[in-house]
Amino acid sequence: METMQNKHYTRREFIRNLSLTTLAGLSLPLLSSCTKEEAEDFLQKHFHEMTEEEKKQVIEKLEQRYFQKYGRKFQISTKEAVPDTLWAYGLELSRCIGCRRCVYACVKENNSSRHHPQLHWIRVLRLKRGNLINLENSEHYYDPDLVPEKGFIYLPVQCQQCQNPPCVKVCPVHATWQEPDGIVVVDYNWCIGCRYCIAACPYKGRVFNWAEPNIPKEEVNPSVHYLGNRPRMKCAVDKCTFCIQRVRSGRYPACVEACPTGTRKFGNLLDPNSEIRYIIDRKRVFRLKEDFGTEPKFYYFFEA
Amino acid sequence: MEKLRDLFNETWHFYKRTLILVAKGSTLYYAWCFSLIAIMVTGFLFYLKQHEAGLIATNMNDQVSWGLYIANFTYLVGAAAAAVLLVIPSYVYHFKPIKEIVVLGELFAASAIVMAILFVIVDLGRIDRVWHMIPFIGSMNFPQSLLAWDVLALNGYLFLNLLIPIYLLVKFYYRKEPNWKFILPFILLSIPMAVAIHTVTAFLYNGLPARPFWNASILAPRFLASAFCSGPAIIIIIFQIIRKVSTSHIEDEALFKISELIAYAMFLNLFLLSAELFKEFYSQTVHIASFRYVFQGLHGHNQLVPWIWAAMTMNVLAFIIFLIPTTRKWLSTLNLGCIFVIIGVWIEKGPGFVIPGFVPDPLGEIFEYIPNLLELIVSFGIWATGLLIFTLLMKVAIPIETGKFTHTEYEKEVMALRPR
Repeated sequence: METMQNKHYTRREFIRNLSLTTLAGLSLPLLSSCTKEEAEDFLQKHFHEMTEEEKKQVIEKLEQRYFQKYGRKFQISTKEAVPDTLWAYGLELSRCIGCRRCVYACVKENNSSRHHPQLHWIRVLRLKRGNLINLENSEHYYDPDLVPEKGFIYLPVQCQQCQNPPCVKVCPVHATWQEPDGIVVVDYNWCIGCRYCIAACPYKGRVFNWAEPNIPKEEVNPSVHYLGNRPRMKCAVDKCTFCIQRVRSGRYPACVEACPTGTRKFGNLLDPNSEIRYIIDRKRVFRLKEDFGTEPKFYYFFEA
Repeated sequence: MEKLRDLFNETWHFYKRTLILVAKGSTLYYAWCFSLIAIMVTGFLFYLKQHEAGLIATNMNDQVSWGLYIANFTYLVGAAAAAVLLVIPSYVYHFKPIKEIVVLGELFAASAIVMAILFVIVDLGRIDRVWHMIPFIGSMNFPQSLLAWDVLALNGYLFLNLLIPIYLLVKFYYRKEPNWKFILPFILLSIPMAVAIHTVTAFLYNGLPARPFWNASILAPRFLASAFCSGPAIIIIIFQIIRKVSTSHIEDEALFKISELIAYAMFLNLFLLSAELFKEFYSQTVHIASFRYVFQGLHGHNQLVPWIWAAMTMNVLAFIIFLIPTTRKWLSTLNLGCIFVIIGVWIEKGPGFVIPGFVPDPLGEIFEYIPNLLELIVSFGIWATGLLIFTLLMKVAIPIETGKFTHTEYEKEVMALRPR
């Protein structure tokens, strides 16, 4: 009897110790491979659920973190949408020469990862003349000495800021939404990295930070918006925000400013005197993949 | 009070005995379990590497943003849904040979769901934010996002497939008649739930107009048909192994019945696929690109072509084997057919389904994805986890089913210990 009980006790203890050790052993390496930042942000709320005070604290934390990392004082804005605005984009296809200055201005302005992988929010497609809609014949990585090339046209594509965005619909955690001024944004701290939105987007408007993003210290842009171009993190999705940090303060998106040919136009759809309304009223506009019912606010046009 | 303590003691005794039962076994059992654990540990170490570097450690990219993990996930959801093919004949039609093994099938479904969930977990970039998906705690986008539906459906089905068999097994253990009024509603619920998990998984892809390859209304029926091939095929093989290594009596009659069901399901699967192929190849619209990529190769990119044709061949051969009663009822051809179905359907609705959805991508770019070593090893780790869970469940379930592991023995033990 005595020995029996002893035996049971030790066996029970053995099983308990074994299972606890296994549990600790399994979770420790996982925990230790989390960075300090990930641990700090673990319980951070969804952007919409944060009070003003909490937002302020998060901003302070980020400013400190960015200062340590990049040695620059960041201005992180959470500026809300300007009332009575609905931003829209115009792109005159007949002018684009395919120089990709917009692509690199965008990378720089928006603190996108520079290498492994280099993330582009704008893609310029080269199409043989005679093609436009069937993108299967497009070339994404053309690299001639001089543009424009004879016999080709160029079609820049970026997030079309759909009024009916399929990416927002599919997100399982509300990590992405449409702002009142029509811009679709991502809470980079809420995204779980499932990439369902990438699968849902018909325009390849979203890219994924497959690794820890890297920006050279001297190239970092310290003037950022929380929902826009602040430096992002590993394994969260990001996308073009029409340069939310600029347009909400009355500036043009970086790609509009960078374009040497005046291909790119921008304005407020709700303002009858805006550039974009002028284009819609007077030029022949079309939208990419209109048949998907996504209602893009990105108008391609030709000279009338 | 006395009664409560007795109940507690009894329950504790049951769990303790279960643990001992699991911990003890033949050399073969130990060898099997430890090799599975070795694969699991290796997979886990590679997963840690992926977790540290980010998903860049895989071969996925912005063009093909889901790969081997999601392919395995899709396949396993189907395999799990297939338990319904055992549930219907046994509980609804009281077909006795299957009734004896249905509990094992349900535990198989539970193990498959665990694997499916693990495959989603390793595919997530931010595992630290998984809690954002939990209803009420996080902020689940229900009912808009099909992924939210899938989380609910999979966990619900997992719960049912643990509750039902464990309840029945515990009742068997105590030699008591199950309270059918309590458990039957759950059993009946598990039938539509099996259909639901796979339909929801199909809708997950189906609802994306950006991906014409998946945006076909035939997808959910196709998913169900192929699931009712692969799942039962795995079950047939597993039951034969169980029969060999344990004293469990699984009648040939049950296996033949299941294989007959595979024949019908495979017919449907091939029919639905050919309907889709006809539509795409006869109409020759721009939507054909992905089909062409997987069946013929697109602009010289034809990495998946041999795979899909191997799958097609295996599926057709398996259909013939299961259709003819002689080959269906001869164990060696039956097993050959099962292996054909398992591999064929895995290719067809795993990589052969997920990858072409991304090729060409919405802007026409063609990127040929092939999983790298890390993805393979992590996947093997998850398969090993599922197999280990299933093995341990079987280690307890079979002795209960065969009456070797019962409460009566406990009583005997207690009697023996009692001072005379």
